[in-house]
Amino acid sequence: MAEDSVARDMGIAALILTGFAIAGTGLVALTYTSTRDSIDAAQRAALEASLNALIPADRYDNRLIEDRITVTDPVALGTPEPVVVYRARKAGQSVALLATTVAPDGYSGPIRLLIGVYADGTLAGVRVLSHQETPGLGDGIDLKRSTWILSFTGKSLDNPESDGWKVKKDGGIFDQFTGATITPRAVVKAIRRFLEYLKAHRDQLFAPAASKENAA
Amino acid sequence: MSDISFARILKDGLWTNNTGLVALLGLCPLLATSNSVVNGLGLGLATTLVLLTSNVAVSLIRKLVRPEVRIPVFVMVIAALVTAVELAMHAFLLELYDILGIFIPLIVTNCCVIGRAEAFAFKNGVLRSAVDGFATGLGFTLALVALGALREALGQGTLFSQAELLFGEVGRAMTLQLIDNYRGFLLAVLPPGAFIGLGLLIALKNLFDARAQRRAARKSVALREISA
Repeated sequence: MAEDSVARDMGIAALILTGFAIAGTGLVALTYTSTRDSIDAAQRAALEASLNALIPADRYDNRLIEDRITVTDPVALGTPEPVVVYRARKAGQSVALLATTVAPDGYSGPIRLLIGVYADGTLAGVRVLSHQETPGLGDGIDLKRSTWILSFTGKSLDNPESDGWKVKKDGGIFDQFTGATITPRAVVKAIRRFLEYLKAHRDQLFAPAASKENAA
Repeated sequence: MSDISFARILKDGLWTNNTGLVALLGLCPLLATSNSVVNGLGLGLATTLVLLTSNVAVSLIRKLVRPEVRIPVFVMVIAALVTAVELAMHAFLLELYDILGIFIPLIVTNCCVIGRAEAFAFKNGVLRSAVDGFATGLGFTLALVALGALREALGQGTLFSQAELLFGEVGRAMTLQLIDNYRGFLLAVLPPGAFIGLGLLIALKNLFDARAQRRAARKSVALREISA
């Protein structure tokens, strides 16, 4: 008798739990499906806005976000992570490309960079996408904190010559911050590395992928 | 039990039993996201929304759920609500979501949410539970904003910087530059600043309470003398 009622109680408790699990999962599934498109749209808009900050939207006429390739080269790029390259074209001609690369040797972890390069090899600009550098010291690489990152705009592998692609402390032309040399050094190095990679793989990265564009 | 007044619930949540300053629950998000007013406000509002909805939900189901399984049911209700809030923020407040990042899903682990469910909502009606959730959340938000304001003002000499993340373009005009060309005070921005700032806020609150108590004591003594 007593055993029966214990079993019944447990059964009811299990049913209640199951009911709430189903209701909870249902709520999450419902929210997920109803927000999925908004999340995609918001992320896409954020990506587009950050891409357009470097390459103005009127410089290209393709669907930048979809015209992308991924390259991985741990040695030349200095990061084992795949680097996404977006290609901007106008009337089928390569105008510029944008790459999300990583400076692996920041002071407190990897620094994610977005680098824009025109077809002639000059930098359209660089932005920091994410970092964990020390607030007040290394976070000057962030455009919200200082304009330091803008000093790369218009530079290329010939300007300055390769010896100049260092922070001033190491004999180059780029400023470091007071109390923070490691952070800017890592950023300068990552940008130079990407430009060198681009020079070596120009044909692949700037390829006039007509067939791909049709697919996109 | 159920005749606790609304004024009392509000006062408990906002002051007497403030989650951040008295109960010291949810310290991890409190300390981590209070480096500016806007970050604090963003997490505070998200937590308030979760507290309000979880209290209402728990209060609604309190007669349905057996006491033996109430804790797993609370966990499931809270987890589902937090995930829903997280998805909504991801969809509509993307940049703020990126900043607050891991601390939004971590609202699940904020003990004050399950604490209010267990201590209040499971024993009280829907309306009172809603008010309790709201008051507790608001108290937590106030603590976050106060600490955020302290750290932001000391750390970077501004208030409401990046308000556009929360309020859209109008927010851009809300940023107050308190001191021009402020060099910044790093300690206030870094984690130790959060601990020191929270300590100062708690001390300040205790100071207020002690003073109010002394005044009340003096008054009752005076009253007794008059009546004698």
